[in-house]
Amino acid sequence: MKFPIYLDNHSTTPMDPRALETMLPYFVEKFGNAASRNHPFGWEAEEAVERARQQIARLIHADAKEIVFTSGATESNNLALKGVTDMYREKGDHLITSLTEHRAVLDTAKTLESKRGLKVTYLPVDKYGMVNPDDVRNAITDKTVLISIMLANNEIGTINPIKEIGKIAKEKGVLFHCDATQGVGKIPVDVQEMGIDLMSFSAHKIYGPKGVGALYVRKKGPRVRLTPLIDGGGHERGMRSGTLPVPLIVGFGKACELCEQEMPAESVRLATMRDRLKDGIMKKMDEVYLNGHPSQRLPHNLNISFAYVEGESLLMGVKEIALSSGSACTSATLEPSYVLRALGVGSDLAHSSIRFGLGRFNTNEEVDYTATRIIEIVTKLREMSPLYEMAKDGVDLKTVQWSAH
Amino acid sequence: MAYSDKVVDHFNNPRNMGSFKKDEDDVGTGIVGAPECGDVMKLQIKVQDETIVDAKFKTFGCGSAIASSSLATEWLKGKTLEEAQKIKNTDIVQELNLPPVKIHCSVLAEDAIKAALNDYKKKAEEKK
Repeated sequence: MKFPIYLDNHSTTPMDPRALETMLPYFVEKFGNAASRNHPFGWEAEEAVERARQQIARLIHADAKEIVFTSGATESNNLALKGVTDMYREKGDHLITSLTEHRAVLDTAKTLESKRGLKVTYLPVDKYGMVNPDDVRNAITDKTVLISIMLANNEIGTINPIKEIGKIAKEKGVLFHCDATQGVGKIPVDVQEMGIDLMSFSAHKIYGPKGVGALYVRKKGPRVRLTPLIDGGGHERGMRSGTLPVPLIVGFGKACELCEQEMPAESVRLATMRDRLKDGIMKKMDEVYLNGHPSQRLPHNLNISFAYVEGESLLMGVKEIALSSGSACTSATLEPSYVLRALGVGSDLAHSSIRFGLGRFNTNEEVDYTATRIIEIVTKLREMSPLYEMAKDGVDLKTVQWSAH
Repeated sequence: MAYSDKVVDHFNNPRNMGSFKKDEDDVGTGIVGAPECGDVMKLQIKVQDETIVDAKFKTFGCGSAIASSSLATEWLKGKTLEEAQKIKNTDIVQELNLPPVKIHCSVLAEDAIKAALNDYKKKAEEKK
């Protein structure tokens, strides 16, 4: 086993060497600008970009012409929300999204509210983190121009009923954007079947390079238009100017192709390994709670709260394993995960949450080691925890008068 | 964020972790913080002739909170009640090299010291 063990694959993934391999010729030998129309350097680059565009489109059942390259999912989300609401401003000024979206969507929505006077509805989620399609339907007004709901949550892995929401959007004639950053390449995504009009995703979450992403923009039924964020040479159908990063795009394409080929087997392998980790921890400890949906969740996601133990200290105790916590001890606000709070998880348990994100290169051996170490450190920290002591003594922690600070 | 070596040392080898019986006359107990805020400290002192002869802590919180309370117990031992009253959170910040986002951990430790001292004094008053 090699240390440290990487179990933070929702944050980013290592590149697959096979994807890296395809990129290398495009730095020095085939360095052309894909927009150069008059010489072989340009043609060669353009050909590589178009091949990648097809590989990417195939993974999500789109047409290659509907792929707009961006710097990553954050830019894609910005482009979708700002670009669409600006373009369709005369039609309406209302945006629907949900409380558990990624900050790239939520902060963009907030900017649109404060700077552009847009009205935004933030839909609640159920205790598993799922958006109710009926809530979407009820929130739609004749001023609604865009619905933006994520495919799968980055913290708890809950998968939203996208197909149902897509159907409602179509029925009501409202455009539907989906932030699918965590889902693309991990679970089957079909923009036709799911009724998605715009979709954000990025390469570095699927073993491709950092610095490149895409926005799927539907061309037919309806033809979606948007105002670009970046003006310039009119690349990407005028939606995103700027010289294309050919090597990154080539790597992105190959990463998508690999996901498409390996997903059926890989998603089963990941889910099995995830359940092994879950059982390895949850069956051996009391007062541990699963966050997110028990079944409708990403195959590689596990999120658990360990009562009476603060998440950051837990991570500090397992330094040789790279994980992430919903505790916000490092943030200036001291507020724990807003995602868990939206699910109705108490602040105390939100502070105690750990996210495990498995990936293509993790092994059963690593998972077994992790389960053992987590149990060790939780046991040690509970010994150190005054809350655990009080609970063991029969004190109901909810009735204690705490001195908030 | 990287922790200072001293924080890591206190976290890995906490000093004086544990509990005294709360109801004993020579024990003062301070519990500060709240689970919702992500940190709760319990600090206890054992006093003989106005001097702290032993101290213990239990903490729910991040590494810096654990280190702050562990350090506090080390500093409390051997001090008179009057001396203990003078321990400042800034001393803890300096000793552990805490970054600005972790200053609240040291504040909590100072609060816990004060709470434990007050608890002991209250008990002593009642006994008189």
